[in-house]
Amino acid sequence: MSKPAPTITPRDWSSHSPYLYPGYKSTAKRGPTKPLIPLKAALGELSQPVYGHDGVGELDHDLTRNARKNGEPIGERMILTGQVLDEGGRPVPNTLIELWQANACGRYVHKVDQHDAPLDPNFLGAGRCLTDAQGRYKFLTIKPGAYPWGNHRNAWRPNHIHLSLFGQHFASRLVTQMYFPGDPLLAYDPIFQGTPAKARERLIADFSLDLTEEGFALGYQFDIVLRGANETPFENRK
Amino acid sequence: MMTALQKNFGQTPSQTVGPYFAYGLTAEQYRYDFSQVFDGRLAGPGVAGERILIEGRVLDGDGQPIADAMVEISQADASGRYPQTVAEAQASGFRAFGRMGTGTNAQSRFVFETVKPGAESAGEAPHINVIVLMRGLLVHAFTRVYFSDEAAANAADAVLNSVPAERRNTLVAQRSEQGGSVVYRFDVRMQGPQETVFFDV
Repeated sequence: MSKPAPTITPRDWSSHSPYLYPGYKSTAKRGPTKPLIPLKAALGELSQPVYGHDGVGELDHDLTRNARKNGEPIGERMILTGQVLDEGGRPVPNTLIELWQANACGRYVHKVDQHDAPLDPNFLGAGRCLTDAQGRYKFLTIKPGAYPWGNHRNAWRPNHIHLSLFGQHFASRLVTQMYFPGDPLLAYDPIFQGTPAKARERLIADFSLDLTEEGFALGYQFDIVLRGANETPFENRK
Repeated sequence: MMTALQKNFGQTPSQTVGPYFAYGLTAEQYRYDFSQVFDGRLAGPGVAGERILIEGRVLDGDGQPIADAMVEISQADASGRYPQTVAEAQASGFRAFGRMGTGTNAQSRFVFETVKPGAESAGEAPHINVIVLMRGLLVHAFTRVYFSDEAAANAADAVLNSVPAERRNTLVAQRSEQGGSVVYRFDVRMQGPQETVFFDV
């Protein structure tokens, strides 16, 4: 009998939001309503080794420099760093991370964003990098501001940074948002609150004085866990 | 110091891609001053296989086209194979992966230029893997594109057969030929009587 093909760990639905979450109004007409159909795909079929390796430029990880026009961007400089792991605790090396965010005033460069706060000519708010051999990544950026949105009266998004990751398989894809410790808006934000309580804390970065660079930038650590190979102990031993 | 993750290890929760992804993820498509790593073209001119367009819209619960969605597709080449290395993908011109926002087309369409995939293994119908992301979707949705001219292979496909018979048509793209191009039309319906089948991959 042939050995069954290795599979990927399933989506842990106790860690993710439901599709329909009444507090976040846009889910009402956009979230699927019918049960998902299980599709247990073998890892090999969905292996995705070729993402982005030819498209990461030298300054792409440094949002304080990658869009300068006539000076430095305004705001509090910060380092965002961490490790990408799979659920077995194994580092995920050489994987693409894409990042986008508002500027220090809470304004996105996106044309649809009409929030009455200034754009910064020296800040785009987008970047990308690849993790190293230990799964580590590092961005230098500006701390994003909070901004209002139309979900409910006096709705404000907490400070956050959007992150997009692939991991090693089609099914390990993750798009998430990183939040800041102690943000009073987290308690009122339906996008954050939609996540089951036990998993919410994983969306909040740790402030770290060790990562903070003297006289230059505050350091935050945000580790990320992706779905990974669901290997048996026997396969691990080889 | 224990980090938040060490105290509470587990999958990082998904969050919505939001309405403002375009300048970060699809900057060139939306004409922002930044490069993009992916686009809607999976296969360069030299790639073997039947050249096709995958074209469609993402529709909300009212049947309205969504102009701030992002669609990603991943597929095998015409021989049913995925490139295994960056060097191989660069040499062949087949990238296996594409990404498009729906915000630059007047009808809110996505259009992918690719080759028709081959079956990846015996008994499996040719298909394309799809990820749908948008504001209002807290966890991205997985679906698949199958092909209307592969009726026999579709009938034998285990994944299609795991779907209730009356919903299988939501996964089948309709082939047509327009001005010398082969176009497969695939609309993603997030809700409603014809809600697209989404998978727990």
